[in-house]
Amino acid sequence: MVLIRLFEEEVERQYKRARIGGYCHLASGQEGATVGAVHSMRDEDLLFSSYRTHGLALAKGVDPDEVMGELFGREGGSAHGRGGSMHLLDYSKGYLGGWGIVAGQLPLAAGAALEISYKDKRAAVMCEMGDAATNMGAWHEALNLAAIWDLPLVTVVFNNKYGMGTSVEKASGEPDLYKRAAAFRMHGERVDGQDVEAVLEASERLLEMAREERKPSVLEIITYRYRGHSVADAGTAYRTQEEMEEWKKRDPIVLFRERLVEEGRATAADLDAIDKRVEERVVQSVEAAEASPEPPVSSLAQHLYGDPESAEQFSRMGPGSPFGERELVLEGLGR
Amino acid sequence: MSATAPAPSTTTMTYREAVRLALREELLRDEDVFLMGEEIGVFEGSYKVTAGLFREFGPIRVRETPISEEGFVGAGIGAAMMGLRPVVEIMTLNFILVAMDQVVNHAAKIRYMFGGEVGCPLVIRTPNGGGSQLTAQHSQSFEVFFAHTPGMKVVAPSTPADAHGLMKAAIRDDDPILVVENLQSYKVRGEVPDDPDRVVEIGRAAVTREGSDITLVAHSFAATRALRVAERLKRDHGVDAEVVDLRSLRPLDTETVAKSIQKTNRALCVDEGWATYGVSAEIASRIQRACFDDLDAPIERVGLAEVPMPYAKQLERAAIVNDDKIMAAALSVLDLGPDVFSY
Ligand SMILES: Cc1ncc(C[n+]2csc(CCOP(=O)(O)OP(=O)(O)O)c2C)c(N)n1
Ligand SMILES: [Mg+2]
Repeated sequence: MVLIRLFEEEVERQYKRARIGGYCHLASGQEGATVGAVHSMRDEDLLFSSYRTHGLALAKGVDPDEVMGELFGREGGSAHGRGGSMHLLDYSKGYLGGWGIVAGQLPLAAGAALEISYKDKRAAVMCEMGDAATNMGAWHEALNLAAIWDLPLVTVVFNNKYGMGTSVEKASGEPDLYKRAAAFRMHGERVDGQDVEAVLEASERLLEMAREERKPSVLEIITYRYRGHSVADAGTAYRTQEEMEEWKKRDPIVLFRERLVEEGRATAADLDAIDKRVEERVVQSVEAAEASPEPPVSSLAQHLYGDPESAEQFSRMGPGSPFGERELVLEGLGR
Repeated sequence: MSATAPAPSTTTMTYREAVRLALREELLRDEDVFLMGEEIGVFEGSYKVTAGLFREFGPIRVRETPISEEGFVGAGIGAAMMGLRPVVEIMTLNFILVAMDQVVNHAAKIRYMFGGEVGCPLVIRTPNGGGSQLTAQHSQSFEVFFAHTPGMKVVAPSTPADAHGLMKAAIRDDDPILVVENLQSYKVRGEVPDDPDRVVEIGRAAVTREGSDITLVAHSFAATRALRVAERLKRDHGVDAEVVDLRSLRPLDTETVAKSIQKTNRALCVDEGWATYGVSAEIASRIQRACFDDLDAPIERVGLAEVPMPYAKQLERAAIVNDDKIMAAALSVLDLGPDVFSY
């Protein structure tokens, strides 16, 4: 949780220095939900997510160097500088991507769960989404498929109260989002996202249910984002200062820290040492990103198609782009 | 005419303000006009186009929607079949894809499929565009998908005056129409006539700069770029480029384009979207038919590199259409610079 918090604070600083660009969605305040949900995943379990990716990627074990590298648009990034903040991915770690179209990842997650079922693997898929994504048809279609095909899919709704500036109450006919699972005779439950251990307990149980019993479910995690929708939104036009202050009193990191010390599970010194290590790790990720090369312009058309022949064929299909795909692709192919 | 008529009074405003003014005037003019879309009320629109309208007209005329594009675009179509005049905002063009079925399979089909019994006076307005590292799923300009579809109309103004006049015409039009705005154009400033009854006719291109040496054909923000490049061509090379701003993609004003090229004998089509099967492909095809004997050089095109938009700055810069690329392409067509087109 501390790594995610400090990492994102660094991301915001780097964004202000224009070393990171495009859309950038921070999730400070949501670390309990993120870590609670993802920490109980096994290596063979798969994670899909929305565009609010950084914490989820780190929690799934994606190397911070690769996350920062991607944000810097470098070859060493998890998508080699092609995807940016919204489109992190680490296939080897079972993180199948951040996706930018609201709810677009839901059917994909159902499909990954289908593969698990098809191959009779002991694994499950977790799909993170926002509260507002529950109003997209794609969610309902994906849940229905998961229900009728008995897919090992846990849909995790990060209910941070708002989709951009619109509250859940305003946007949803049934604002108790977990109850919507009932429409598919699917298990749904709600958990306090500021209590990381409560989330952990729930996600562990539901993943197990998906893995072993092939029962899909919906887990609604109540949480809050301190920052605006993205770095471009101050986040103050649609909510009150009091509300924001109220939520900060239940900061997931502070709460967990207090509990650990109170219950004698860790000393303050232990925790400070972790903070220190994490700080260093974040600094190191920036250094790694800086050291990683920028993707050369000649590689513009690389990765468009898998087989070299198609890549070559389409490289010749370049009408009218004077410094565009024609020359660039040819260079990219090493000609 | 004996005396010159007094020039109509105008106000300088941004493209964004011009769209807002058109919406406001039409909301005032016709009670059946209402706006619908995500974040267009309290939040005042993702790009602040609808700022102030929620306060002025309230939640019925400026209806906020959940993130449910397929649902609320479809609802717009149904309401339009009943005679209302919905103006549906899609936050950016990219998100219309989840409502594509409602637009292409429903809105565009209604009048013809039911033998003219019922129409669909729907406006969908949305910005296209890229160039701010918004990456593959958020940087697209595929308005041509809709221009490809019989039953749809598509307009793509580049100036504040056209944004204002075409929006008003679109709202008064009896058929489904996509009004393509542009993220970069929103801050463009220009004169807008004060007459609230003025509309810009749909389906008419505009010659926005006269010239005799080459015709640059473009729409949306590419038309603004084309004007800038025309000035550079004049300054640096003494070339007089004519610029035709298509303004409307469907219906398409081939006549104005052809007339220009019959004069200049050279044509370069510029489109911020992918060229392959694109707007410029359509234009080139029509020009070769209408101007076959007039052409002194092959018709050429500049478009977005044929890749999903990459994130890294220098890759994005290489992918997008910019002034330098248009310039090099124009010089190539004019035989004044290196040939950047032959394979
Ligand atoms: C189909 C579609 N419509 C609109 C958008 C623009 N958009 C991006 S995020 C967002 C809000 C989503 O809110 P929520 O699902 O609650 O997730 P959160 O941002 O709170 O994590 C909107 C409207 C989009 N990306 N995709
Ligand atoms: Mg939300």
